[in-house]
Amino acid sequence: MAKTLFDKIWDNHVVNTVEGGTAVLYIDRHFIHEVTSPQAFDGLASRNIPVFRTAQTIATADHNVPTVNQHLPISEPLSKFQVDKLIENCDKYGVSLYGLGHPYQGIVHVIGPELGITQPGMTIVCGDSHTSTHGAFGCIAFGIGTSQVEQVLASQCLLQLKPKQMRINVEGTLHQGVTAKDVILYIISKLTTSGGTGYFVEYAGSTIRNLSMEGRMTICNMSIEMGAKGGLIAPDEKTFDYVNGKKYAPKNAAFDQTVSYWKTLPTDENASFDVEFTFQASDITPMVTYGTNPGMGMGVRQSIPQPLDPANRNSFDKSLSYMGLHAGESLLGKEIQHVFIGSCTNSRMEDLRLVADYVKGKQKAAHVKAMIVPGSKQVEAQVISEGLDLIFKTAGFDFREPGCSACLGMNEDKIPANEYCVSTSNRNFEGRQGPGARTILTSPLMAAAAAINGKIIDVSLD
Amino acid sequence: MEKFTLLQSTAVPLPNEDIDTDQIIPARFLKATTREGFGDNLFRDWRYHPDGSQKSDFILNNPIYKGAILVAGRNFGCGSSREHAAWAIADYGFKAVVSSFFADIFKGNALNNGLLPVTVSDSFLNKIFEAIENDPNAGLEINLENQSISISNSSEVEYFEMDPYKKICLLNGYDDIDFLLSQKTIISTFEKNNRYPFNPIN
Repeated sequence: MAKTLFDKIWDNHVVNTVEGGTAVLYIDRHFIHEVTSPQAFDGLASRNIPVFRTAQTIATADHNVPTVNQHLPISEPLSKFQVDKLIENCDKYGVSLYGLGHPYQGIVHVIGPELGITQPGMTIVCGDSHTSTHGAFGCIAFGIGTSQVEQVLASQCLLQLKPKQMRINVEGTLHQGVTAKDVILYIISKLTTSGGTGYFVEYAGSTIRNLSMEGRMTICNMSIEMGAKGGLIAPDEKTFDYVNGKKYAPKNAAFDQTVSYWKTLPTDENASFDVEFTFQASDITPMVTYGTNPGMGMGVRQSIPQPLDPANRNSFDKSLSYMGLHAGESLLGKEIQHVFIGSCTNSRMEDLRLVADYVKGKQKAAHVKAMIVPGSKQVEAQVISEGLDLIFKTAGFDFREPGCSACLGMNEDKIPANEYCVSTSNRNFEGRQGPGARTILTSPLMAAAAAINGKIIDVSLD
Repeated sequence: MEKFTLLQSTAVPLPNEDIDTDQIIPARFLKATTREGFGDNLFRDWRYHPDGSQKSDFILNNPIYKGAILVAGRNFGCGSSREHAAWAIADYGFKAVVSSFFADIFKGNALNNGLLPVTVSDSFLNKIFEAIENDPNAGLEINLENQSISISNSSEVEYFEMDPYKKICLLNGYDDIDFLLSQKTIISTFEKNNRYPFNPIN
């Protein structure tokens, strides 16, 4: 029978099947971080059991770490306690930790791929919903809760019902100034914030195939923002080239042998999906969000729509009221106060090179606070070696050290109440970037343009 | 985990749609390293002003509405995977959440903590909201064995879907981890026979 990419990986990882079809699913790689792991380790301790396969779990500190002065002790006591707890647990249970100060430290979904820990055909989980990022390599990768973190630590398996499958095709050539971030914001605006719930999504079509690995990661990263369990893209030569030579990638003959296995993974021609959508790249323009969930997005030249569903009227009005916006309004020319370039969605080299290219020789608007937070120590080092940090600083941007930062407002990097932040992150929920903060999600290019102009502009016309 | 069989209670209505886990428990309260105490900050920014005083228009601050069941608009629990959201709801005292649609990760987290997510039709959800609006003391009965939810003092009843494995877990108070630990021999055999190259990290 013809199989999808998802079917092939899933079938290769089913250890056993239980009541009602629930699978005992084997997990190849498990990433952990300081925020969603301490209670899981406590669970192991209370049962007095070890980590079952220590070599398949990798830890880093990213969610609550400061993005300045990382060489100094963390000053915020609760953050310090949580990071110290991670160090203590990794030490006690024999788990590899790329913590603060380590040259491989960074956002968990940035370091996995750049170290070659993420490889095609794998099952990958992490106590973080943006684990879907790793699907860009042709993996089944999804976010889990802390009870499940404990289960994977204890057994290297999870109990899972097989989700339904959706394919989203994007065909054609993107316009100038339109990036992977605009593609995924466009898809979510069409399918809504819950349109993918219950599904695993395969992204396909010529537009997706033409994206770089970094662009594909941006696409898969935001699968969860339409409710999907995860998203994945068939591995191809671009994928193999990216993985080749990475620290933990197979080497030499083993690599060639593994590639021949990876080449068997793409979806068979006649395989069927529960649902399928096709979008045209030519319909996509630079995107902005106007509301308080990622489905509330529109092309930057469009106006905020009226609520489509009268039943949803109250939630829609509440959202626009929080944002200080109204239906029918355009965001073009909207003055903004903050720009955040970073997060597991858009903090990789390609993103930062694009930003540097745009801001080189320009100066940010005087009233804007603009922050660039690299995804990892390796990205930070590369930025410095290419001299991009000087371009950022000269243009008035604050170039910081790696972490999740203002994406979720767990550390000091928060946006003040009622102020607008153009952000390359993934969520515009109420209070996400700080209590009362108003987030407008865009691509790194649109964010860079907003910082320079002090207001939202259409970068495709710039 | 506590067993879940039958729950009879009044309910707290929260008809907003797309309630994400950042609203249920904002990230700045995720710095604890234990599972307890998150109920104090449940819906923190909807419940309290920045100075810590209560917002009188939020439903949890209205003494008329109480009970062990939270009834919420569709797509409840979307966004972050933080299990702290399920811990906060349970720690506050809720035993079940009723909605017409749940986000996947939240649903799984709730089930792993004995907090029952009950998915009903949009029309039944509206009937519940109407019943509570007419009488804040209107009770709901959730019967897990029969997979039914009914509105007390009325003939309104609906049957809900439930993963058969998770149903057994909840009825008996079993954790997934107990089951997975019982599978270790099978898991080790799978590892030996698995044709996928592992190349462990260290």
